[in-house]
Amino acid sequence: MATETIATTAEKRVTYLNVSHTVKSWLLTLDHKRIGLLYLFSISFFFLIGGIYATLIRLELITPKGDLMTAETYNRVFTMHGVVMIFFFLIPSIPAVLGNFLLPIMLGAKDVAFPRLNLLSWYVFMVGAGLFMLTMINGGIDTGWTFYPPYSSIYSNSQVTLAGVAIFITGFSSILTGLNFMVTIHTMRAPGLTWFRLPLFVWAHYATSLIQILGTPVIAITVLALALERTFQIGIFDPKLGGDPVLFQHMFWFYSHPAVYIMILPSMGVISEIIANMSRKRVFGYHFVAFSSLAIAVFGFLVWGHHMFTSSQSMYAGLVFSIISYAVAIPSAIKTFNWTATIYKGSVSYDTPMIYALAFLGLFTVGGMTGLFLSALGLDVHLHDTYFVVAHFHYVMVGGAIIGYLGGLHYWWPKITGKLYPEVWGRISAAIIFLGFNLTFFPQFILGNLGMPRRYHAYVPEFQILHVLSSAGASILAIGFIMPIIYFAWSIKYGAPAPNNPWTAVGLEWQTTSPPPPENFTYTPVVNTEAYEFEHVEEIKQAGSGVNG
Amino acid sequence: MSEHASHVPGLAHHFVNMEQQKEAGTIGMWIFLLTELMFFGGLFLAYAIFRATYPDGFLQGSHLLSVPLGGLNTIVLIVSSLTMALAVYYSQMGDRKKLVGFLSITLVLGLVFLVVKYFEYKEKFEHHLFPALGWYNPDPSHLAVQYQPQVRVFLWIYFAMTGLHALHMIIGAGILLTLIIMAQKGRFTREYNSPIEISGLYWHFVDIVWIFLFPLLYLTGFHVGGGH
Repeated sequence: MATETIATTAEKRVTYLNVSHTVKSWLLTLDHKRIGLLYLFSISFFFLIGGIYATLIRLELITPKGDLMTAETYNRVFTMHGVVMIFFFLIPSIPAVLGNFLLPIMLGAKDVAFPRLNLLSWYVFMVGAGLFMLTMINGGIDTGWTFYPPYSSIYSNSQVTLAGVAIFITGFSSILTGLNFMVTIHTMRAPGLTWFRLPLFVWAHYATSLIQILGTPVIAITVLALALERTFQIGIFDPKLGGDPVLFQHMFWFYSHPAVYIMILPSMGVISEIIANMSRKRVFGYHFVAFSSLAIAVFGFLVWGHHMFTSSQSMYAGLVFSIISYAVAIPSAIKTFNWTATIYKGSVSYDTPMIYALAFLGLFTVGGMTGLFLSALGLDVHLHDTYFVVAHFHYVMVGGAIIGYLGGLHYWWPKITGKLYPEVWGRISAAIIFLGFNLTFFPQFILGNLGMPRRYHAYVPEFQILHVLSSAGASILAIGFIMPIIYFAWSIKYGAPAPNNPWTAVGLEWQTTSPPPPENFTYTPVVNTEAYEFEHVEEIKQAGSGVNG
Repeated sequence: MSEHASHVPGLAHHFVNMEQQKEAGTIGMWIFLLTELMFFGGLFLAYAIFRATYPDGFLQGSHLLSVPLGGLNTIVLIVSSLTMALAVYYSQMGDRKKLVGFLSITLVLGLVFLVVKYFEYKEKFEHHLFPALGWYNPDPSHLAVQYQPQVRVFLWIYFAMTGLHALHMIIGAGILLTLIIMAQKGRFTREYNSPIEISGLYWHFVDIVWIFLFPLLYLTGFHVGGGH
């Protein structure tokens, strides 16, 4: 292999980063890797904004009385936290950053199928994001991230129409990404790369794209209808005008339940990559893990009614939705058990990405199991709209989606930037995030079960100790999140140059250089082994210019 | 790098060959149409819910629509689907003259549809039947007072669905115009014609949506006889 010569002439090598330097070359780039980085900067900004709102929430809840802000302000703060984190951070996070960067490389392709659409998706995202920033400057919205009427219709004085338009537009960037990925996976695989040789990261993104394509248009038409209703005073969701408020809930959750799988499925793909490569074993039950992604995507569309057990839904509909919600646990458990079986008797190295993967396993299990509590018809009446739901959701979204995102960023950072991050700091921050996260959200399970409702800025004094624990945990969590931002930025300037394959991993992305050349490979890759084939590890070690410990 | 590939007219650099590019475009359009289906699907759901809730309103509302004009538009669109299919056929044959001809006929038929739609909308505005606040004020001799709130729900669904459809027609007309200009310049050959085929898929989809809209909106009360 020619990789050795490439490594020695690293300074002169043309990469996607140094091929051109002008601002224009970044803003008009059609390179999927650069578009991935554009998304990385955009969503990191929104992660910080969402984090500031979360800080305000946890500060307010330290004391039982509403002494930091009024109920009205608090409504806006928790709504903005939810909307920013979900629509402007979590949904684009892994697909738009890591997916954009890695998917074509993993397929051995030069780019995604439609590079112009890919760039367009970023611009569409930025237009939606800009409009939402405008909403934010004008005081934000106070409807809750779910936009339920009548909060979003007659009882709202805030910028609901503008926010609706912003989310409508942003949705199209998600659709374009999903469409692009799906076509790319179908048509642009390298010679020999059959469906069952694909890395599980690709399978997970295929399932994610399916949801983005089928679900996002429905939320688009729903928020459009909401904006129309507010503008023209027509009866869509407002019962006074002949509309049906429950129709909104149906249409909203038809997208927004599958949307949580848009957030968690790519994370599961990342975890499959990390666990296989850090345990040096083929993922146990590869086919089952691949198909369980599709099963989650399909089941995900049939469970929306479990958000509406208390919304006048028919008892029989509730029964069916409850049973199908339980069924989602099957593919999720298949994944979790198979990852555990992969680690078993593997040759495990505990580098930062693996610490994130192990944290994911534990936190996702707690998040998933508590989901079963909520899909039980009777128990849900007790837990509905309490902090139990908040805790469950955050265990899956932060403990699952964000942990996976961070694990993936660490794992592929050397490939993306060509620099190594400081491993010790990586492990320390992963541990801090794990501890801070549990301290923040575990007390909320207890709070919810005791009857603390969500979305309240004041509460009875008995709950204070648990709220203080939660706020203390949040400050630890914040430190854990800020650390990677600092050392990632530091590593770009001062980090040691990364070898092509620092983890001695298998997969096409580790066969090209770090960072990759503009066309991804200097040769046409041919795949003749299955994914996670560690039989020839020694060969990879020699070819991949050394291992970093 | 495949240097020879970049010399094939119409082949983008990141595709290996024409076949791969065509396959990507076709699958891409089918997936896009799937998203369109879900987009319209939300409104079809609203239609189903409100029709079940307000059967009388939908009956009375459909009597306000002109079946002859709607029927004319249905025929216009079905014929335009035929001419679009012929345009795709002649692009594959490499017959530039007939390609431009059939694309132009399709465009004209699309514009005829939009003009008819314009007069239908205009008539609704003149009778104060546009369902927005301040506009909706139907004459009681035209529409009995007890039906007015229900019919308003019907009418917003009518305007939302046909409006969204008309928007797709306008976009389709823009695509056709672009294709005509490109075809006239001789951009399409027997080997490279996938833009025509892919745009054809879009055009047929928009037609099919109308095939569903026409009976659901115009013919709902047809069997009961005219209301006014």
